[in-house]
Amino acid sequence: MAFYVVQFLTGLASAASLFLVASGLSIIFGVTRIVNFAHGAFYMIGAYIAFTLTERLSGAFGFWGGIVLAALAVAVIGVIVEMVLLRRIYHAPELFQLLATFGLTLMVEDLVVLIWGPDDLVGRRAPGFRGAIDFFGQNIPSYDLFLIVLGPVVLGILWLLFQRTRWGVLVRAATQDRDMVAALGVNQKWLFTSVFAVGVFLAALGGALQIPRDAVHHAMDLRTIVEVFVVVVIGGLGSIVGAFVAAVLVSELNAFGILIFPKISIILVFLVMAVVLIVRPWGLFGKPEAAARRTPGLTVNPWRPLTSNERLAALAALLVAAMLPLFAGNYLLTVGSEIAIFVIFAVSLHFLMSVGGLASFGHAAYFGLGAYGVAFLAKMAGLPMIVCLLLGPLLGCMGAAVFGFFAVQLSGVYFAMLTLAFAQIVWSIAFQWVSVTGGDNGILGIWPEKWAASPSHFYWLALGVAASVTIALRAMVFSPFGYALRATRDSLLRSEAIGIDAKRIQWTAFVIAGTTAGIGGALFAYLKGSVFPDNLGISLSVDALVMVLLGGVETVSGAVIGAIVYKALNIWLVSQTDLSKLVLGGFIMLIVVVFPKGIVGMLEMLAQRRRKSSPPGSPLLAKPIESAE
Amino acid sequence: MSAIPPLLAVEGLTKSYGGIHAVRGVSFSLRAGEILALIGPNGAGKSTCFDMLNGQNKPDSGHVRLLGEEITGRKPREVWRLGVGRTFQITATFATMTVRENVQVALISHEKQLYNLWGSAPKFDRGEAGRLLELVGMGGYADRPCGELAYGDLKRLELAVALANQPKLLLMDEPTAGMAPRERVDLMRLTASIAREKSIGVLFTEHDMDVVFEHADRIIVLNRGTLIAEGSPAEVRGNPQVQAVYLGEGLVYDARHREGTSA
Repeated sequence: MAFYVVQFLTGLASAASLFLVASGLSIIFGVTRIVNFAHGAFYMIGAYIAFTLTERLSGAFGFWGGIVLAALAVAVIGVIVEMVLLRRIYHAPELFQLLATFGLTLMVEDLVVLIWGPDDLVGRRAPGFRGAIDFFGQNIPSYDLFLIVLGPVVLGILWLLFQRTRWGVLVRAATQDRDMVAALGVNQKWLFTSVFAVGVFLAALGGALQIPRDAVHHAMDLRTIVEVFVVVVIGGLGSIVGAFVAAVLVSELNAFGILIFPKISIILVFLVMAVVLIVRPWGLFGKPEAAARRTPGLTVNPWRPLTSNERLAALAALLVAAMLPLFAGNYLLTVGSEIAIFVIFAVSLHFLMSVGGLASFGHAAYFGLGAYGVAFLAKMAGLPMIVCLLLGPLLGCMGAAVFGFFAVQLSGVYFAMLTLAFAQIVWSIAFQWVSVTGGDNGILGIWPEKWAASPSHFYWLALGVAASVTIALRAMVFSPFGYALRATRDSLLRSEAIGIDAKRIQWTAFVIAGTTAGIGGALFAYLKGSVFPDNLGISLSVDALVMVLLGGVETVSGAVIGAIVYKALNIWLVSQTDLSKLVLGGFIMLIVVVFPKGIVGMLEMLAQRRRKSSPPGSPLLAKPIESAE
Repeated sequence: MSAIPPLLAVEGLTKSYGGIHAVRGVSFSLRAGEILALIGPNGAGKSTCFDMLNGQNKPDSGHVRLLGEEITGRKPREVWRLGVGRTFQITATFATMTVRENVQVALISHEKQLYNLWGSAPKFDRGEAGRLLELVGMGGYADRPCGELAYGDLKRLELAVALANQPKLLLMDEPTAGMAPRERVDLMRLTASIAREKSIGVLFTEHDMDVVFEHADRIIVLNRGTLIAEGSPAEVRGNPQVQAVYLGEGLVYDARHREGTSA
């Protein structure tokens, strides 16, 4: 019995830090409507700076002072980020906001390694809370007890801040209607900046307070942000009480999940999240939001099928690509195969995101499931390659069917967070279920059969599949289903009013996109000869998003160009520098801020201007289309 | 006559939000080919009432029957399948698609081809889509992006979309709001002629009394959630209670009634 009590208390102690980070995210979202992906990064910087300060400063005052100073320092960084980056994208579609803050996260990961090195750092014990308390033979670290008390105290302070101060009243007012607050003469700029600073301070404090419990390392940002996303989805985005209750719930589920499913403890959290989403899609304490903005939302011109000349041009480009083996060496052909596979991956996400308006932040899950599907079939069942290639993607299809069902119940940022959380769950299973997936060691020795073994043959296979998939998905855009999908993207209200079951249409699109990604993953397993948990990791999901964005989120097939350019650049970059995340992160922010239409989008716009030759820029093209509701 | 159930029969429709009774015990009926106006001042409960007819909103109690079939609380898409078209007070169209594509989506849905992955949507019922657009006078706009249209044209497009499933009943929530006076008259004339020709029942809400009195066969008046009058345009115009609601009490009620009310 004592053991369970201790386990419960450990859960409560973990909840404190999680609550601090989640409440910061909620406060920022409430006012600015930005889901700050970089929140995990601020948490991590908080921990690192606190580590350095507490090492340098001596004594109890040095330790606690160091913690607070670290959080303040990170808040200052937050203010700079808000003024330089976020102020430029407050009016951009939410997808762009998520991506820009993700770019920031990538940069921070490399910077942290550059400054503090790649090794785990173990911090000082907290003065005054070094020991443990004996509880019927079980030890409870006294620092845990401190954290257990701290959580409710912070909740109380935040409550007072929001109920009893002028600033708090303004924040609550802005959360309800920021335009009205602006109309009443409040300086919005500084309100937003101060809110962001407070949110970041909370995240950094959460990170700093973790150092006596956990080692500081450079991957803690993603682990945290995913947990925080789960917390706010359960608790309701924008609710501080919700963040507290959900943080406790998630931490306890983690603490006891280990006892019930030692290998895959995260399953329990997932099940609870699924139940909450079915019963209350906006979280336990959240409020239903008005219909979310469409995700791609700059200016979408009507799409049309290719003309016969354009078809010939595309065919010619394909033929040129098919001639690559005539003059390229093996390395280049392997690169070519990888690019072709990423074209498949990118067009599958593009279909979901641009046609369906559903920006998945966890699309790699279905790519990776396809790869694992092949690995299971080839290694365990010993099936021939062609059968594996055909059946492997079905794992991606099944994953998309299960997760997609829940994901399409939500839209906008909730959809993004939920898909990310699902992908992370799949990743955890691949990582933790060592007996089946091999865990971190992956599954090795998945080699193509003779007919596809040579680099040129494999290249042709990959190219052929990529071309077929692209054509098929493009045909689908102009099929009756494609029209229905675009209809649900443009106006849910109108779709339902003309007999369209929007959720079912979107679910179908999700399954199609997931299966297609699985096809890419299946080929990828054969290209690499192995599968690893990284094949369904977050960074791969973000690669896909960047490819779509780079090609042009408002285009029909821009992702093809985006994938080719991005993957070629990426492969080259990784061979050139160790700081690829830093460069990539900066690149993502640059696209979002100055180049949001992507390559194909820009080309289309230029072509249109020339064709029209009417007053430059024809205001209609520049005018954002308002949501129709 | 009584053997055939009316096209639309509403009985005791009630809805409250918290302590506020938005709609209280509203009953009325509508025959095929009849044009019925639902009027009332702001906050009378018109939109709430309207939304409950096609399932956009669920009533607390009461019944909505379409040709005798209970449709209370059904989803909007199910009600549409039974032959109820609807336009919105603030237009809801597919902004990134062309005018023709907007109509084609409705036709695709009507012919249950929503899950057809391989057909060609641009060619889908092109002729029928064009005919519907001609009918509402939008034939020349078929290839225009919907996001470019003027507001009045969007309203006409909504009418074409609403007619795509050959409805028996049209629900039009403030069909002429935001339009120029000339456009209002044109749109309502068009609606009335289509409705009479195809024997479609039309229920519409409207603030413009000229439009109401010119086109409605019958008028029902809602105030504070309850029906206060029903009848022909002439009857309703002469109804003192209606005048009170619209023109203010001072002009109609005598001094006895005015006592205790603040001007």
